[in-house]
Amino acid sequence: MVAGMHLDQEDEQILAGEQGETRQKMLELLVALGKVFGAERLVPIKSAQVSGASYKTIGKYGLEWLSSLDAKAVVPAVLNPIGMPRGRWEEMGIDPDFAEKQQAVVAAYERLGIRLDCTCTPYYLYETRYGDHLAWSESSAVSYANSVLGARTNREGGPSALAAALVGKTPCYGLHLDKNRVPQMVIDVHADTAGWGIAEYGALGFHAGKLAGNRIPYFRGIRPEPDQLKAIGAAMAATGAVALYHVEGVTPEAQKIGYDLSGLDTVPVEQAEIASVFSEIPVDAVAVGCPHCSPAELAEIARLLTGKVVTKPLYVFAAQGVIEQNARVVDSIEKSGARVFADTCMVVSPAMEQYRSIMVNSGKALAYVPNMCGGQARIGTIADCIRVATEW
Amino acid sequence: MIIFNHLCGVILLITGRSISRGRGTGKLLVSPEPISFLSGVDPETGIVVEKGHPLEGTSVAGTVLVFPYGKGSTVGSYVIYALSRNGHAPAAIVNTEAEPIIATGAIIGNIPMIDRPKIPLDRLMTGTQAIVDGDAGTLEYDGTPV
Repeated sequence: MVAGMHLDQEDEQILAGEQGETRQKMLELLVALGKVFGAERLVPIKSAQVSGASYKTIGKYGLEWLSSLDAKAVVPAVLNPIGMPRGRWEEMGIDPDFAEKQQAVVAAYERLGIRLDCTCTPYYLYETRYGDHLAWSESSAVSYANSVLGARTNREGGPSALAAALVGKTPCYGLHLDKNRVPQMVIDVHADTAGWGIAEYGALGFHAGKLAGNRIPYFRGIRPEPDQLKAIGAAMAATGAVALYHVEGVTPEAQKIGYDLSGLDTVPVEQAEIASVFSEIPVDAVAVGCPHCSPAELAEIARLLTGKVVTKPLYVFAAQGVIEQNARVVDSIEKSGARVFADTCMVVSPAMEQYRSIMVNSGKALAYVPNMCGGQARIGTIADCIRVATEW
Repeated sequence: MIIFNHLCGVILLITGRSISRGRGTGKLLVSPEPISFLSGVDPETGIVVEKGHPLEGTSVAGTVLVFPYGKGSTVGSYVIYALSRNGHAPAAIVNTEAEPIIATGAIIGNIPMIDRPKIPLDRLMTGTQAIVDGDAGTLEYDGTPV
């Protein structure tokens, strides 16, 4: 027993070095982080999503550290999106020197038994259930897992998520505990949401993230579908620090647990506030798939593109596994001249820096594109995005 | 606080909390301000480069580095690892309150570390010879009055 945290027999064996030096080190790391955050124990996880996949972020020292490790992941684990598609980086106009370093980082993770999908939607690749404990990193994935699936994860850093993947456990604190998952404010949406799609819900999240800050919001007055929930959560995690939200009558914990909302700060959101997020600025490229597209979103894009040819670059982003499972739909999208890329997105790829303004259907991309790619961003519905990408 | 009388001095043993294992010996280097390792410390030399920082221009290499807590980017953990690899890391770290950046860097860089020492940081004098025991969670130093 290390002071302050309860460890089981297997943990003690790992700490004694019986499963090798890397696992020993990784468990030391989890125990130390557990102490920092006041965890009383470790909890087994179902899967991990490891950040620190981009060479741009971790640099040569991070790569050196990864290369020094010697163990295999004991739970399913994927990577965060990186700056380029692993297989088609030349086609995206990525600098060969950048590509080489990025490939080295990916290879270092492969050696550790991490699945090489670089995606913000691991929930399309691994079945993730209500109550599952996870160690995920990317903010929109964390929000979706917690809010839409009712699974439990904090927002992990690179080393802590990797340690969790190699040990199969994570310190039990924060959003792993019931008491930290209750609503802290109410957002009442006063709008006719009947015709709303992903973009409108993304715009709602863009606005609501600023209202919520780091609190857990409880929405009333909306009935979003899963892809729309994905859009709300991604945007709220970008404009605020929201890792969990509830929607009355929709999200699993709001349905199963009767939360007492009395005494909570209640903030109204009006239709006009959502409308003001939309603009009509001219754009020179269109990008969808932030977060990475679901199979249903790919099918919708393919339907809207039927018989059309793109007149502007149209980027579609999805997880490699989702692309492979929907090969015919992807082929159909690419027939228009659009490109469907895995592993990366408009927020993290340097290839997007060449555009002055980009049209997106994502509240998260709307928040990040101006800072990360240097250009302007405009949000529109998926139908508007396809119309703009194909108009003469 | 436990006080040992040695032949010609007073050794003070301060208890704290174990964060990263191992024993490290060096002279105390005390910073009243938090430290950012990413862009605040040169990863090749261990010299503090943050403009206006109380330790600006000072090397952390081989010291028992004492500061309140880490700040800045989480990539700072990898800078601590780099310092450890090239021999310019602190011999040990003492924080008032550990946070993830420094704790992670200390563990992946094999640097002994404790936090919550039962003594205010301003009572610790730069230049004093000290030992950190990261397993026991203690800081031991020469407390002989000057």
